Amino acid sequence: MTTVVSGSEVLVNTDWVAQHRTDPNVRVVEVDVDTAAYLQGHVPGAIGWNWTTELCDTLVRDIVPKAKLEQLLGSSGITPQSTIVLYGDNNNWFAAWAFWQLKIYGHGAVRIMDGGRKKWLAEGRDLETQPSRPTATTYTAQDPDLSIRAFLSEVQRALARPETVLVDVRSPQEFTGEILAPPGLPETCQRGGHIPGAKSIPWAKACNDDGTFKSASDLASLYGAQGVTPDRDVIAYCRIGERSSHTWFVLKYLLGFPHVKNYDGSWTEWGNLVGAPVER
Amino acid sequence: MKSEEFSERREELNGWPINIVSYRVGDRYYCTIDNVDPGARFARAEGTTREEAESTALEKAARYLEQTRRFPTA
Repeated sequence: MTTVVSGSEVLVNTDWVAQHRTDPNVRVVEVDVDTAAYLQGHVPGAIGWNWTTELCDTLVRDIVPKAKLEQLLGSSGITPQSTIVLYGDNNNWFAAWAFWQLKIYGHGAVRIMDGGRKKWLAEGRDLETQPSRPTATTYTAQDPDLSIRAFLSEVQRALARPETVLVDVRSPQEFTGEILAPPGLPETCQRGGHIPGAKSIPWAKACNDDGTFKSASDLASLYGAQGVTPDRDVIAYCRIGERSSHTWFVLKYLLGFPHVKNYDGSWTEWGNLVGAPVER
Repeated sequence: MKSEEFSERREELNGWPINIVSYRVGDRYYCTIDNVDPGARFARAEGTTREEAESTALEKAARYLEQTRRFPTA
């Protein structure tokens, strides 16, 4: 039996953002795949975060270090009591990536704007091109909660654990090994295919054409049909971990699965690992 | 300032489905192209007309897609 959590706890629509974007306790943040998109025009008052430099460790391959996140949030005028509303292009890929990291570091009120940047543009809403300059704060993050993050060793152990289901959220062509990266993007792995036993449920199946999330009942049917149910431990992966953070968000927050992890090492780790088993 | 003249359509380019989005902000037109599945934006351009923005983005997209290799699968 699927426990459906109300999406209203984590999703806000474009109307809500238009009405609340100037609330002092609300901070709207845009995180795009295309890091130049923010300056073309963004929700007035929104901060822009760059996933390639600000939401990761730029030396070691890792998520953003705690001190760096504290600096980013502080310079964005965010306090632990702030409600952070994330949105971005590609149906909120990197908004979900930011959401996942904010939850790792214990930020309470985080929301995603349903439909993301595309919906805001399609609706012809107000835009601003100048970067926002909020008054800085001092932010103290919590120690990382790694219960929502899967590392390589756990994924390796999962191959022998029937209680765990791996969800590959890449495109079918990446899953079969026909291509090594999404069309038009650089190849970043040595082998194509998928982790043995993984279920193929592309991330985009969770979205409607306008970029909004499907209903909880549709989502439960989508994942349930592949044996991805709340009684199992679920590990989602993709190529670099951002698409799978989108699926992680869906499973954890829209469907209320209790045990879901994002394997951010994803295919760029597994598909480059000497001796790792690959299925095609 | 608002986004205006928002348009979205699907086409095929070099054997790959693509999604073309274009719109105007102020006096500039912007075009972005994604690869439909998985939907990653991989080419964009801007111009003074929609045609200019789209043709430049399509040229870039074609160049990038030429580099995508297909491997045989069982």
